Amino acid sequence: MAWFRKEKKVREPRRERLEIPPDVWEKCEACGHTDIREKLVRNWHVCPSCEFHRRMRAHEYAALLLDEGSIEETEVDLKSTDPLQFPDYPARLKKALGTAGDSDAILTATGTMERMPVNLGVMDFAFMGGSMGSVVGEKIARLAQRSLEKKFPLIIVSASGGARMQEGVLSLMQMAKTSAVLSQLHDRAIPYVSILTNPTTGGVSASFAMLGDAILAEPGAVIGFAGPRVIRQTLGQDLPEGFQTAEFLLERGMVDHVSHRHQLKQTVGRLLRHMSLKPVASGWDTA
Amino acid sequence: MGTSALEFEKPIVELERQIEEMRRSSAEQSINITAELAPLEHRLAELRREVYRNLTPVQKVQVARNSRRPFTLDYVKLCFTDFIELHGDRAFRDDAAIVGGWARLEGETVMIIGHQRGRDTKENIHRNFGMPHPEGYRKALRLMKLAEKFHVPVLTFIDTPGAWAGLGAEERGQSEAIARNLFAMSELQVPIVATVIGEGGSGGALALGVADRILMFEHSVYSVITVEGCAAILWKDGKSPEMREKAASALRITAPDLLELGIIDEILPEPEGGAHADHAAAAATLAKHVGEQLDELRKLKPEKLVRRRREKFMKMGQFEE
Repeated sequence: MAWFRKEKKVREPRRERLEIPPDVWEKCEACGHTDIREKLVRNWHVCPSCEFHRRMRAHEYAALLLDEGSIEETEVDLKSTDPLQFPDYPARLKKALGTAGDSDAILTATGTMERMPVNLGVMDFAFMGGSMGSVVGEKIARLAQRSLEKKFPLIIVSASGGARMQEGVLSLMQMAKTSAVLSQLHDRAIPYVSILTNPTTGGVSASFAMLGDAILAEPGAVIGFAGPRVIRQTLGQDLPEGFQTAEFLLERGMVDHVSHRHQLKQTVGRLLRHMSLKPVASGWDTA
Repeated sequence: MGTSALEFEKPIVELERQIEEMRRSSAEQSINITAELAPLEHRLAELRREVYRNLTPVQKVQVARNSRRPFTLDYVKLCFTDFIELHGDRAFRDDAAIVGGWARLEGETVMIIGHQRGRDTKENIHRNFGMPHPEGYRKALRLMKLAEKFHVPVLTFIDTPGAWAGLGAEERGQSEAIARNLFAMSELQVPIVATVIGEGGSGGALALGVADRILMFEHSVYSVITVEGCAAILWKDGKSPEMREKAASALRITAPDLLELGIIDEILPEPEGGAHADHAAAAATLAKHVGEQLDELRKLKPEKLVRRRREKFMKMGQFEE
């Protein structure tokens, strides 16, 4: 018999087994890389493996671009109605309000960017595909009006499939409305920077999105007038690789820059300081 | 002409053919049949009135697209004098889907810009069915600026299924070209009168549509998307007559709809049986109404004109708050 006997002790697990709920993980649409969602969120939804820019919600863009604690949402009371009594529109609106929040397809806010006061609009693809109806047009018009009154630069981040069909020709006219208000900003030399994200097509790309004093696009974003599906149908052939991407538009001279999401804020800041004749790295207050 | 009758026009066309037949045979045989013809002609007029008064939205789409309908260049010929067409955008090429140039309305110089469709296949290929490329919009912009330079009013005619969705159009910046026109028209210092003469299709129509006054022919349509496109997206069926009918009604695309929605200023009445039944009468209506609008707009100073035009579009839209 051995002089030493190991004392048999039932080992208690030190802690509960870590339960990882399946929805903590997210898979990159582009490369299949799987990562913890929290990590992707902290990386502003850019895939750490392939740099694919995933879709991001409007409030996240506001947090990305504006200084912490400076964000003040504007025009919160505007709500879409159903002016044409279009089939299923009220139900679709209700659903969108439930899933995407009550800012409609654009969040408008005032705040500071690198200490410069700015007005920011961010379209939200989650709300009916970022479609532009009367509310989107009106929110942009009012935001621009604020810029006119206070001489604050205007920034709009676009993500949209185009005009909101369910509001018919009223939606179409929002293209004219937003362009008309931008022409007023132009008269008063108030800078406007347009940021195009995936996707920016239809009536949005054919109005305010393409009218920036500077136009930036996120890598890989699909940008065009007719969506790829429509062109494919019209022509009955496949589109060339990379057609209508941000990089393609840069090459064809349609945008000024393709900017990585992590560099977006400093790029816009630099542009705005140039266009407002402010010194390097200064805020509005130090000018 | 007259060969491509619309389905709902068939009774009219049949009656027309009968009357024509009787006229011809009576002429051959030198018989006076005026008395016999009178009730038939009366019936024809009534039939035309009846059919055209009760057009459904989807039938209006067919009328608006009808190739017998007067096009921009038909109106140019019938309402204006001294027309000289101006070509090209000075950057890429001349787009035949948009035509423009100097002309005179009652002796006064105006700049005309309009979509142009084709009457037969050959012409339609040349004109791309009235669907412009970016260079078409850029030509239009060039002509607007030219008119502004010489303080001449701009008259636009809208008649397009929409902007062309193709590779070249996208590569050369279809979006930018349309956006630029909306922007430039919002600050153009001369009067602009736009008239929807056929189909006003989406952004491709609006790119000529930011005007001080927007007129619309009675049976023309103006829409954010084609009825086929709308039905295809919403109900996955852009082909069947029922779905097209449903989309046409839902989208509210007729002239009375647009007047009610506060988008257009005036509806131009069409002759019995539609503008295609009597080009000259439609042209006379156009000349009269556009002339009246111009007389009013000419009185305004450029600053006031631009301010009012901007306010007009800033007011468009319906929402709750």
